[in-house]
Amino acid sequence: MLYKRNPQLNKNGELIHLLSTEGLPKDILTHILDTATNFVSVSDREVKKVPLLRGKSVFNLFFENSTRTRTTFEIAATRLSADVINLDIARSSASKGESLLDTIANLSAMAADMFVVRHSESGAPYLIAQHVAPHVHVINAGDGRHAHPTQGLLDMYTIRHYKKDFANLTVAIVGDVLHSRVARSDIHALTTLGCAEVRVVGPKTLVPSDMAQMGVRVCHTLEEGIKGCDVVIMLRLQNERMSGALLPSSHEFFKSFGLTPEKLQLAKSDAIVMHPGPINRGVEIDSAVVDGKQSVILPQVTFGIAVRMAVMSIVAGNEA
Amino acid sequence: MSILVLDAEALYRELLRGVQQLCTADTKLAGITSGGAWLVERLQRDLNLPGKPGVISSAMHRDDFAKRGLSNSAQTQLPFDVNGAHVLILDDVLYTGRTLRAVLNELYDYGRPASVKLAVLVDRGGRELPVQPDFAAARVTLGEGQSLALARSPEGVFSFDVKAR
Repeated sequence: MLYKRNPQLNKNGELIHLLSTEGLPKDILTHILDTATNFVSVSDREVKKVPLLRGKSVFNLFFENSTRTRTTFEIAATRLSADVINLDIARSSASKGESLLDTIANLSAMAADMFVVRHSESGAPYLIAQHVAPHVHVINAGDGRHAHPTQGLLDMYTIRHYKKDFANLTVAIVGDVLHSRVARSDIHALTTLGCAEVRVVGPKTLVPSDMAQMGVRVCHTLEEGIKGCDVVIMLRLQNERMSGALLPSSHEFFKSFGLTPEKLQLAKSDAIVMHPGPINRGVEIDSAVVDGKQSVILPQVTFGIAVRMAVMSIVAGNEA
Repeated sequence: MSILVLDAEALYRELLRGVQQLCTADTKLAGITSGGAWLVERLQRDLNLPGKPGVISSAMHRDDFAKRGLSNSAQTQLPFDVNGAHVLILDDVLYTGRTLRAVLNELYDYGRPASVKLAVLVDRGGRELPVQPDFAAARVTLGEGQSLALARSPEGVFSFDVKAR
């Protein structure tokens, strides 16, 4: 069989693109989290900017809608002193029939140094990474159902911040796991970082039982899924990706899998509750939990900026 | 060729004497990671200064970032207001002056100091920027092929590592 090296790493094993948390060695994941720690304090400085990407152009290519992710990437890039160009691709070239690679070739001719890509097709950032010049870097900001590695990494940062170590942790990922690129990125990162137990929790239509092959425990009731766990990651119910009768109704879903203060009591008393956002209050999570003292949903957003700064500065420092 | 012997503990005592002369009542110490940070930790104790000394990292402003990537050194922690402060920066070795350029930029990200001075254990020559120390416990000449860095034992004893690059 032909051996192919991880497309995210150069021949020295250094990170040049971030496409997925899958297959990334533990030392690279840890290096990203450690580097992010350095960037958290940048927002406390009188000058909230460091010049690591000064003179570089970062193109935000969002073929699919996003507010939070695009904004945090933009803040991260500007805090690193990069020039940021936001392209609302969904409404421009692609709709005029230009191919993905032609779009990239044109933007590369405008001296782009980094592409931050969100696309509804799984694998689009990987395709771009294979066709860019050696000095150009690609960061996946979410592709289809496949991966959302910076969300996965900021989740790891958040967990490490509150729980210090992964070795004795039980983490439950609850909800629409089937459609969730966040769940996949979390599972790969948690497994690599040595998390003791990862559970995926949801109805059989949204949590296929063959997920056990990923090294996780599959639970089809919320009670079993969150009992005694340290971290609860709630996922958004992705209406826009839902086809066919996977659920009777969102109301029904909340009754069985919605996280309420009563159900949260089954987890450890110091368990933290996370959510990648946007949250649907009353659909997958009760308002009282979102605003409760165990919720770390807003710190996740803040840490996301530091984690994205870390990823951008690390890949920018490595050549293909 | 003779082997260079640098007694780091003897040089530290010399540095302590020099720093005492440079310090005024309101001087704030800041050590460059990692060697300089060890020095200020001990100086703060030996000079009976209150509170914690500052630690300053060059990582965010290095000019070799594109070549070397981001080093994973400890981060800047300045437990005093930089605006209007008299800052004494400490480092183990002064060489090209590039680290100090980066550190000055880093310091200015936190405010506008009233004055900045520099004291080092060893000035090894080879400057590439117009940077001079206010005090150096020793001046030596080392070839480009040699690297010199401070080491600290678990008991806190200083020594110098001279290595071929």
